[in-house]
Amino acid sequence: MTPIVEVRDLHKRFGELEVLKGIDFTVAEGEVVSIIGASGSGKTTLLRCLNLLEEFHRGDVLIGGEAIGYHLRRGQRVRIGEREVARQRAMTGMVFQAFNLFPHMSALDNVTLGLTKVRGMPRPQAIELADHWLDRVGMLERRDHRPSQLSGGQQQRVAIARAIAMSPKVMLFDEATSALDPERVGEVLETIRSLAQEGMTMVLVTHEMRFARDVSDKVVFMEDGRIAEQGPPQRLFLNPESPRLQAFLKTSSF
Amino acid sequence: MNYHFNFAPILEQWPLLLSGIGLGLLLALVSIAIGSVLGLVVAFASRAPSPWLRSLAFTWISILRNLPILVIVLFLFFGMPQLGLSLDKITSFVVALSLYASAYMAEVFRGGLLSVPQGLVEAGQAIGLTSLRIKRYIVLPIMFRNALPAFGNNFISLFKDTSLAATIAVPELTFYARKINSETFRVIEVWLVASLLYIVCCYAITLVLRAMEKRLVLEKA
Repeated sequence: MTPIVEVRDLHKRFGELEVLKGIDFTVAEGEVVSIIGASGSGKTTLLRCLNLLEEFHRGDVLIGGEAIGYHLRRGQRVRIGEREVARQRAMTGMVFQAFNLFPHMSALDNVTLGLTKVRGMPRPQAIELADHWLDRVGMLERRDHRPSQLSGGQQQRVAIARAIAMSPKVMLFDEATSALDPERVGEVLETIRSLAQEGMTMVLVTHEMRFARDVSDKVVFMEDGRIAEQGPPQRLFLNPESPRLQAFLKTSSF
Repeated sequence: MNYHFNFAPILEQWPLLLSGIGLGLLLALVSIAIGSVLGLVVAFASRAPSPWLRSLAFTWISILRNLPILVIVLFLFFGMPQLGLSLDKITSFVVALSLYASAYMAEVFRGGLLSVPQGLVEAGQAIGLTSLRIKRYIVLPIMFRNALPAFGNNFISLFKDTSLAATIAVPELTFYARKINSETFRVIEVWLVASLLYIVCCYAITLVLRAMEKRLVLEKA
């Protein structure tokens, strides 16, 4: 079966600095993959390559079997046009560390914007679908609130609804709980966990080791722009092979 | 001091004074509208990928901001006919004030654009919006809200600058005040009434803008 996400020999530079040095990994349908590693190891950059928020310089990213971002023209690797990039980005949903809700819109409009303007859904239908997902993340009662009237955890749950309502093939979570007050982390993790249990395909960059261990089908450990080790969470967390992962786990709190 | 105030000869002319302030407001509104559209274009140009466009935008801003508005007004009205372009006085003043306003509005909007967090643009990209739609539904609405206080300050400033139209005989408030002054010689009274009208008008504009800010400016999340 075609994997939902396939990354092949991915390289990415910021100027002279190479931050991804050849990444290979796949995510199967319904799989939950956590990417862990120290700050600066390249995990957020990798995630942002999956929806073209970052350009990459070599290798391929395939979403649902479709190579994204670039095509070959007379043997040259060329970035595809803006409309195509936008269409391909909508195949993935992203949840950001800082929530990034549109501050001038209600929770409901945050969710319906993409449905009406990208998916071309009529507004009544978009509202119905948005209500469904807002309900699903426990935010239906606050659908008319502005982001500034919501707590961080509530904002993040709206952001999850905004992304998932677009029915992406895969959800990308970029340290979705790192900016939250400690007492708000649980509600967001619970939301993510229940979506995972329903079979949503997910890639999570996270510092929540216990969560990564409990929810993931596969854990990817990154170190200095490379994947140092990947496998099922039981093996990585209980019997890490590489000394670097052993050291990393020692300094991480569970 | 035993000056005897006599406002009667001035108040007799109230239709003139009112039409004068009305024209001043109209000049300001039209010029600010044109200046805002121009300013918005310049603001976007100042952040364009093309270095050529960027330097054009900054040249535009620095020339117009470093010219006194009176010089622009006089140059356009007296200078342009020499170059074969005669405009009537009102059009000429509107063009002058619009150009002048465009530089200030460009700065206002440029600040507003800088205030839109990159994360919101990325959130729009992530749901598959094209860059045009991101501008329309995300960047512009947030920019306008954040720019509103600065916009208001410039609005008042530009409205007061309409008094300079009197120098090319545009019949606005200052023009009529000067006219009534020379006809009645009630110098203090005339300028007191004119001042009062300007103050009331500016204060009313402030109140309207403040009400808009209250409704529109975004609280920090």
